[in-house]
Amino acid sequence: MVNEPEPQHAVGGGDDGRYAHFWPHPESDARLTTAGDPCNVTLFFNVFNVPLSSGILERRCLLAPRSIGRHGAPVERADMADASSIFPGAWAEWRSLKVALTEAQPDGAVVELSGAEIVIQALVDEGVEIVFGYPGGSVLHIYDALFKQGSLKHILVRHEQAAAHAADGYASATGKCGVCLVTSGPGATNAVTGIATAYMDSIPMVVLTGQVPTPFIGSDAFQEVDTVGITRPCVKHNFLVKDVRDLAMTIRKAFHIATTGRPGPVVIDIPKDVTDPNIKIPYVYPREIKMRSYNPVEKGHPGQIRKAVDLMLEAKRPVFYTGGGVVLGDGSAQLTELAHATGFPVTSTLMGLGAFPMTDRQFIGMLGMHGTYEANMAMHETDVLIAIGARFDDRVTGKIEHFCPHARIIHIDVDPSSIAKNVKVDVPIVGQVASVLADMLRLYQERKPSSPEAPVAEWWTKINEWRGLDCLKYDRSSAAIKPQFAVETLYKVTNGELYLTSDVGQHQMFAAQFHPFDKPRRWINSGGLGTMGYGLPAAMGVQLAHPEAQVACISGDASILMCIQELATCQQYRLPIKVVLLNNGYMGMVRQWQELFYESRYSHSYVDALPDFVKLSESFGHVGMRIERPEDLEDAMREAFAMRDRFVFLDVIVDPTENVYPMIMAGKGHHEMQLSPSHSDRELA
Amino acid sequence: MRHIIAVLLENEAGALSRVAGLFSARGYNIESLTVAPTDDPTLSRMTLVTTGNDEIVEQIKKQLNKLVDTVKLLDLSEGSHIEREMMMVKVRAERQDREELKRLADIFRANIIDVTDTSYVIEMTGASKKLDAFIDALPEGLIIEVVRSGPTGIARGAKGLTLS
Ligand SMILES: Cc1cc2nc3c(=O)[nH]c(=O)nc-3n(C[C@H](O)[C@H](O)[C@H](O)COP(=O)(O)OP(=O)(O)OC[C@H]3O[C@@H](n4cnc5c(N)ncnc54)[C@H](O)[C@@H]3O)c2cc1C
Ligand SMILES: Cc1ncc(C[n+]2csc(CCOP(=O)(O)OP(=O)(O)O)c2C)c(N)n1
Ligand SMILES: [Mg+2]
Repeated sequence: MVNEPEPQHAVGGGDDGRYAHFWPHPESDARLTTAGDPCNVTLFFNVFNVPLSSGILERRCLLAPRSIGRHGAPVERADMADASSIFPGAWAEWRSLKVALTEAQPDGAVVELSGAEIVIQALVDEGVEIVFGYPGGSVLHIYDALFKQGSLKHILVRHEQAAAHAADGYASATGKCGVCLVTSGPGATNAVTGIATAYMDSIPMVVLTGQVPTPFIGSDAFQEVDTVGITRPCVKHNFLVKDVRDLAMTIRKAFHIATTGRPGPVVIDIPKDVTDPNIKIPYVYPREIKMRSYNPVEKGHPGQIRKAVDLMLEAKRPVFYTGGGVVLGDGSAQLTELAHATGFPVTSTLMGLGAFPMTDRQFIGMLGMHGTYEANMAMHETDVLIAIGARFDDRVTGKIEHFCPHARIIHIDVDPSSIAKNVKVDVPIVGQVASVLADMLRLYQERKPSSPEAPVAEWWTKINEWRGLDCLKYDRSSAAIKPQFAVETLYKVTNGELYLTSDVGQHQMFAAQFHPFDKPRRWINSGGLGTMGYGLPAAMGVQLAHPEAQVACISGDASILMCIQELATCQQYRLPIKVVLLNNGYMGMVRQWQELFYESRYSHSYVDALPDFVKLSESFGHVGMRIERPEDLEDAMREAFAMRDRFVFLDVIVDPTENVYPMIMAGKGHHEMQLSPSHSDRELA
Repeated sequence: MRHIIAVLLENEAGALSRVAGLFSARGYNIESLTVAPTDDPTLSRMTLVTTGNDEIVEQIKKQLNKLVDTVKLLDLSEGSHIEREMMMVKVRAERQDREELKRLADIFRANIIDVTDTSYVIEMTGASKKLDAFIDALPEGLIIEVVRSGPTGIARGAKGLTLS
């Protein structure tokens, strides 16, 4: 242990003439005085020594730089104390302050920064708190600038794919822009899967990639790839910055593009020479941004909204079909209000789950390939379909010729190219969900019939009949743990307060069917690309965004191995995530298709030679638990979730033969669902 | 149906490849594509010719508009417009064919812009169909090489496809 040194005064000079070290006295407020000329004093960063389980002290930079005025100004003890609140469980052995002494400058003076410093400062000015990244040659200048600051928290992942997924999870859970930083060549290509995943689900993200120095571009230089070319088809936009003077503006544009309109990932490729620490230029972060070529629509056209409300007032069998756009556009409150005002049933896509409370009676379940009987039958019979922030994906529509054969369709979407892409619509409305829904509600309230429920009462009778079929029922007396039961137990144990991320496969569908979400941004998964390996790193992003929240990742025995290295990241940052592995010994979703369509020829869908997940987790310093009997499950889960500060890996051995039902087979319509074998044909008729 | 679409793009390095990439990634037809900077050097103007049914062309236009570099777009085929394409044809021009070739060039208002003992280069500008007709009219076997710019177009009338 290092003794707390005596109070000291900072004197100009420091490491490189700009910094000075000083140690405040533990009992009293420190007072900074500087020798020589008057200067501005900035508390630059705190260095904390955090003891790891191995006994090693780790240096961490925790606090934001803050200007504390001219020399002689007191340093508040609070400036140092709040470090422990950032890292719960960490304690300081000793602390030191590093102060930057900059020459006194008149107010409004322009600072001079290098490209690397501009990257960091622009992110700070953008309000970014966390960057997920992995260093390498072409981003070393940026990493050095990162080291010298205290505002941005950098999370070191163990694979660049995970950096992108974690940024995606962070963005999904908060609505803010996710940020990642990777090196050129393999760093960038490793991130591509994560970028494509975010692109398909319209997740706001800015990805900074290093590039070889500009004079080397095109020469097949070491770790050179055409990042802009490789990522072009899976980003909303991308940039190659060739001049340090364009850096700040490009970063501003990237955030603007990523977060407005239909959100999406934006890549900024930054050659190493652009971040040269020796070339400093005046830095001003542009506040305003106007792009003549990019002007996303906000408000919906009043005439179109009026037409939509007309249709809604006439409707006998209306359905709200809501999607990820309601979550992305924070339109949950408006949707809920409109749904309650109209009394219409609500169904949601996989990506929209939680935007309307799933435990509400008006919610009739997810629709589509593995949607509920009542939701899909309602789609087939509806006369007015109100699609909101949903993109008529093929998993949702089934065979287009059979899609909503009786309906007139209203479609609200911020992206004109989503409208009438797969299905013709009668009333297109381009605009932000929240604004359009608020306008719709106002108009509907003005003109609504005296007893709102009356016109759709008959429709509800019909829907409740379909509901009576209980399409999700499964064998509750099974001696093996049924995956559905595992999900139900997870819901029970966490009281509906969970943030749940998912990998891809049967477990994902079971989670969507059996875990109701009553709030948006709680259910976080890869829908569009269906990327196995997404769940664990996404959960890291969620946990970092909400340190106090309960975060779990539901996964499969095949998916989890695709980003298993992140167990190390979870250990380093003490992320108390709970992994719930539905271990069926198969790529269950693949096995199901092979059983149904390939006469049970299980070609390479068996996950042979699985590791011992308990030991594996333990070797990373986590808690591992294996659960094999239904009667043990609830207690085990309670025990796991009671460990609020530990990462727990629950290896739940489930029935390997279980399939996901209902299911719409390829080429079939919504009314031609296949129910689980526990439903006899008689019930269907 | 054939559509000729004019697009004003930011004159940025990657803009052209974004358009080309869009067409190949989404499997749209592209018959020709021409692009050059405009009088405003920050803008390029692209003319592209594509075919497809109404729904596909509608999607193409939406997708083009969605590109962050796209400033403005106009489907020229929706209104009355003028199209011009430039072509250069290198032909074998031995003594016995020279007169015939010159006469043809005159009829089509084409110009002979390069002459050697054995060849001509004939330059011609016009609607694409007219260029096709000229090629058909050239005597069998004389064509050495044909190079065409692809059509560019402009709407008739006083209104222009400009920033304001
Ligand atoms: C194994 C597997 C099985 C699946 N099975 C199903 C299934 O049974 N049912 C199902 O539904 N899905 C299923 N999916 C998911 C499916 O592939 C699609 O990802 C999903 O259906 C798309 O959801 P969405 O239509 O809500 O669109 P999203 O991808 O969420 O797109 C959002 C839409 O909203 C728009 N938008 C975005 N922001 C705004 C805003 N602010 N205002 C207005 N509009 C906005 C966007 O332009 C876009 O059109 C499955 C996926 C996997 C991997
Ligand atoms: C990266 C990637 N590769 C392949 C697939 C195809 N795929 C979809 S589900 C699945 C099996 C998933 O198995 P597991 O994680 O064990 O989940 P289960 O279906 O058994 O619940 C596969 C291989 C995919 N979605 N992503
Ligand atoms: Mg499995």
